[in-house]
Amino acid sequence: MSAPEPGPFAAPWEAQVFALVVSLRDAGVFTWAEWAAALGRAIRPGDDPEAAADYGRWLAALEALLTERGIAAPEGVDARRDAWLRAAAATPHGQPIRLENDPLRS
Amino acid sequence: MAHDHHDHEHPHDHTHDHPHGSDLTPVEARVRALESLLVEKGYVEPAALDALVEMYETQVGPHNGARVVARAWTDPAFRARLLADATPAIAELDIGGRGGEHMVVVANAPGEHNLVVCTLCSCYPWPVLGLPPVWYKAPPYRARAVIDPRGVLAEFGLHLPESTRITVWDSTAETRYMVLPERPAGTEGWDETRLAALVTRDAMIGTGLAKAPEQAA
Repeated sequence: MSAPEPGPFAAPWEAQVFALVVSLRDAGVFTWAEWAAALGRAIRPGDDPEAAADYGRWLAALEALLTERGIAAPEGVDARRDAWLRAAAATPHGQPIRLENDPLRS
Repeated sequence: MAHDHHDHEHPHDHTHDHPHGSDLTPVEARVRALESLLVEKGYVEPAALDALVEMYETQVGPHNGARVVARAWTDPAFRARLLADATPAIAELDIGGRGGEHMVVVANAPGEHNLVVCTLCSCYPWPVLGLPPVWYKAPPYRARAVIDPRGVLAEFGLHLPESTRITVWDSTAETRYMVLPERPAGTEGWDETRLAALVTRDAMIGTGLAKAPEQAA
């Protein structure tokens, strides 16, 4: 009668963020309570209205937790993001994007 | 001429901005950055990440919760165990794990309706319901389920009698709720498999009821 349920993820990156959070929690980097608190903060940024607890906010909450725990600093993530963007631009369309394709990679 | 490929129409549609490269959106690049850093530092394994995605895309979902509900409808002793201490009762059906470490099941009854929300973020009983729908994570539902549950239910097309008492349960990381809907009339003698087909995700959140027999697929 009803339409089939859509999958839980709207895009592959959402699934990747989800899997990273679950894996890190499995590894003991944080507890579910710590995760919920971090996500709760990420959806209530300053004076802005509350946001949806979507995977964009999961990503923000994850980055904040990794910074707090000294696991990944924002500058390091920014630099690596830029490397991925350069690698993508250097990858012919339709081929897998690999970090090794970054032309600035030493 | 055997090699006149250049005369052929190029099959690709070059409407994107970078015909000679590939595109990553900023958020995709950021997620790849985090994943590659965490793999290098040894916090996560690519194969484990893939397995998790596969599991939550294909195995974990409301069909699990529907089995629990159908068992409770047909087995009064199971129902009693489920309402007394849900986690071990659910484990009897080999359902459990992340996000279901401490489950509480609340039963609807004539004149009694239950509704589940997470006002903090999006805590949800993954083993029985899978990952939450978009509306469950959105501010309007989070805010209004507590203040105006009857209005929220009406938006889902569920109009309960004024005399029905609605209890709202706020899931947290520690305690996650699931609703045991009422068994629809006209299902006497049905087995668990048939009954489970009547149990929707929304019925187990409390934003819906179990389907009537004539609505069964």
